[in-house]
Amino acid sequence: MSRVDTVLLPELDGPVPATLPSALGLLSLALGVGALAAPGPVARMTGVDDAPAARPVLTAIGLRELGSAAGLLSGRRPAGWAWSRVAGDAMDLTLLGRALADRSGERRHRVALTTLAIAGITAVDVLAAVRVARARRARARVIRMEIAVTVNRSPAEAYRFWRDMENLPRFMAHLESVRADDLRRSHWIARGPAGKRVEWDAEIIDDQPNKSITWRSLPGTGVANAGRVRFVPAPGDRGTEVRVELRYAPPAGALGRAVAKLFGEEPEQQVRDDLRRFKQVLETGEVVRSDGSPNGISVRQQAMQRPAQPLPASRR
Amino acid sequence: MKATAWMGADSVKVIDVPDPKIMNARDAIVRISTTAICGSDLHLYHGYIPAMRKGDILGHEFMGEVVEVGPQVRNLAPGDRVVVPFPIACGHCSSCQRGLYSVCENSNPNAGIAEKIMGHSPAGIFGYSHLLGGYAGGQAEYARVPFADVGPIKVPDEISDDQAVMLADVFPTGYMGAEMCDIKPGQVIAVWGAGPVGLLAAASARLLGAERVIVIDRYPYRLRLAEEHIDAETINYDEVDVLDTLNEMTAGRGPDACIDAVGLESHHGNAAMYAYDRAKQAARVETERPFALRQAILACRSGGVVSVVGAYGGFVDKFPMGAFMNRSLIMRTGQCHVQRYTRPLLERIQRGEIDPSFIVSHRMPLRDAPKGYKIFQKKQDDCTKVLLKV
Repeated sequence: MSRVDTVLLPELDGPVPATLPSALGLLSLALGVGALAAPGPVARMTGVDDAPAARPVLTAIGLRELGSAAGLLSGRRPAGWAWSRVAGDAMDLTLLGRALADRSGERRHRVALTTLAIAGITAVDVLAAVRVARARRARARVIRMEIAVTVNRSPAEAYRFWRDMENLPRFMAHLESVRADDLRRSHWIARGPAGKRVEWDAEIIDDQPNKSITWRSLPGTGVANAGRVRFVPAPGDRGTEVRVELRYAPPAGALGRAVAKLFGEEPEQQVRDDLRRFKQVLETGEVVRSDGSPNGISVRQQAMQRPAQPLPASRR
Repeated sequence: MKATAWMGADSVKVIDVPDPKIMNARDAIVRISTTAICGSDLHLYHGYIPAMRKGDILGHEFMGEVVEVGPQVRNLAPGDRVVVPFPIACGHCSSCQRGLYSVCENSNPNAGIAEKIMGHSPAGIFGYSHLLGGYAGGQAEYARVPFADVGPIKVPDEISDDQAVMLADVFPTGYMGAEMCDIKPGQVIAVWGAGPVGLLAAASARLLGAERVIVIDRYPYRLRLAEEHIDAETINYDEVDVLDTLNEMTAGRGPDACIDAVGLESHHGNAAMYAYDRAKQAARVETERPFALRQAILACRSGGVVSVVGAYGGFVDKFPMGAFMNRSLIMRTGQCHVQRYTRPLLERIQRGEIDPSFIVSHRMPLRDAPKGYKIFQKKQDDCTKVLLKV
């Protein structure tokens, strides 16, 4: 995982503490060890010590729990293992339901209490499994980009231009404006589809003058995003390699779809165009325009060129 | 204003379009006095260059009077008489600073399309498809000239329009073709194509000290120009075998350098070979007909230079790589870095070393542009170069 991922992902993990799968794993471990090491007391406690099948069933359940524990504690595929616990819970509840049907008195009371406890654990397991799965899907939605351009300017010049966040809309086509609230914080407004705006606040979390800038959106924003730009001297005295890493975590639902549209089908191409414009602005002073592409470089415009004739007065 | 527009394959029309306006701070608007039809415009005319749109204004060889300048243009003022280089170049990227203006890194707003075909994007060019920027061209009454602080140069009064407009493309292109041959005393230079670029490449080879210049074409009137104005030897490939003849003329060595001034629509004396490539080109299996290039490679002296200034747009077939590799040939090529050559070549004209306008065969008003394209395409009326007067 790159540095930008670790900057962005804590926020994605927000609703699900990373410790949740491990906690479930420890619970499985305790239950499994109990069922295997002391089947007699466990059978008595749960009220099924009268059944000849109780011991082998408890042994099977214990082994199952140890399997779940191993999976959850391994940290791999936490969603799958969390659901395996839910499946185990369902099996236990079925067995307990049958045990409840042909028992009476004290034993029936104990079986009922056990059923209640397992139902409670089931609820926790379902909740956990849903959350772990949701976090995994959110992480899968993250758009990751790493794109670079060589600019015939010194790292200091390139850094200075980028560090003034209010300059960003001059070359990032989807941005309407960026307002610097102070040296660290800024408010970003992006143009969405159908004139809809998407806004967020961001902060610079690491600033290495003439070398790199790292920023991220503030927690609680609809569109979690983070980025880092590095200004590396190009070999052979050819200016600066401007290397950008970006992460966007579009939320599910309508806002997510709006963000996805913002970037179109080729988000990388759009960022590449942004960097080309950055190069144009730094090297030539502004974005280069032609009759076919009057708004300058853009994938969308490249696909839908107007004829190479001067614009009519109405479109100037 | 009136402008010459591409309306589809084999169709150009003079139409009414809006006047151009300043779009960038380093733009100038030029009122055009003389503009030319280039051989490479015929590639567009025939529909061989991708990414053309109906209504695109053609023309990349033009000159005229500055009528308006953007706030960042300080070297020019309204009233200046200028000639404009055909590649659009910013002057500040690494390529421009190394003198490689035709591969300017900033002037093609459609670089993304060009990269898909060419790997990296060359510079934008006036009136030469959306692949190369989607810029309106100069076969019109006015043109917007981006980076006017880098490209256009002022033309002194004693230089005629007919001479100066040669500096927009064909003279620098021919000159670069000869310069890339790295001509040494005693060398023999062969030039494929006696069109404007080929004739001016041959003339430039003379200026650069070639011992002998041989020009290859099939139109007697064009070969005559080479003989009369450049004192070149000529080969008509309709009449003799080019490779045999060149070997004989050079006593088996082959020319020291070969210039391809033909490009992607070359013609061939061998009917079967021509039909083969023509059919592949029509089926879009191959984009070029590279006969001249193949022949130049086979003809060239071992260790010699093949200099390519004829225009190519895509992929060639049956490239004689074996000959090229085994005989230690060198290929040098490029769209001309015109901005490098305009001033020195203007001085050569001023000093009377050359008058490049000897290639001009036709002068007609802008409104006759469609006729100009037709006679240039069909090589009617001994046509070598058509100037349009505005």
